[in-house]
Amino acid sequence: MIVRRVWPARPTFDSSLRDFDQLRRDMLHMFDAFAGERESATPSGVFPPINITQDNDHFYLRAEIPGIAASDLAISALRNHVSISGKRELPKEHERASYHRKERAEGTFNRTVALPTGVDSDRIEAHYADGILTLVLPKAAEAKPRQIVVKT
Amino acid sequence: MSNETRADMQRSESAMANVPEQTRPGPVYSPAVDIFETDAAITVLADMPGVKPDQLEIDLRDSVLTLKGRAASPATTAETDVLREYETGTFLRQFTLSQTIDQAKIDAHLSDGVLRLELPKVERAKPRQITVRTK
Repeated sequence: MIVRRVWPARPTFDSSLRDFDQLRRDMLHMFDAFAGERESATPSGVFPPINITQDNDHFYLRAEIPGIAASDLAISALRNHVSISGKRELPKEHERASYHRKERAEGTFNRTVALPTGVDSDRIEAHYADGILTLVLPKAAEAKPRQIVVKT
Repeated sequence: MSNETRADMQRSESAMANVPEQTRPGPVYSPAVDIFETDAAITVLADMPGVKPDQLEIDLRDSVLTLKGRAASPATTAETDVLREYETGTFLRQFTLSQTIDQAKIDAHLSDGVLRLELPKVERAKPRQITVRTK
């Protein structure tokens, strides 16, 4: 049995929908557990899959892009939009090679995600290691939460 | 029960029996693979993003090749989810090798989340051209 590991989840920032999304995922897990199957999901057709997390000062964007040269990635940011584009090329193998399985995809991709608040586009850092692209996006000064001291 | 249904059930039972039980909780994923064969070797390429070389186990016993890689979640506890499209977990895939593989000479290489596994064939299994001689 072949199971691809792409979640069907559509990108959503709406927290009320997120709870439903989590519930839906938990139920899919449960059905799979009853059926005795491993993790499965229908492919969403979106490449690369992206996770975004945040803490007080930063957004962290992580994308699964295995087997790409860092120079083939183009990243741009404008206000609260971040774009990742690139080309995944699989090296040409032996010309007499006969394929038994060909599941890995290649081609160009381009994704733009909107972050909930603006980011400081001058200080964005990008790393690529073990097939994971990580962007550290500092939140714009006006978007950072402030501690308010209660005076007595 | 029709014969077809019974055959289907038996097939899914045997498929389930082949999935080894995990001792570590968490999701298990099957990585996408390319497998191709040349006269000299069989090559397996597997996408395992987030797996570091020391988290990758390649096991060969009784002609069953097991690829298992664990990807740890890179997020710290201070981070909260904004968008989640993939989960981290264990990549697991098994293949049965034929006797034509030289099991001592298997070579594995992991870079940028892609595993490349070279499985050389034994000498006697390589195809030979036989030329027909005429008098």
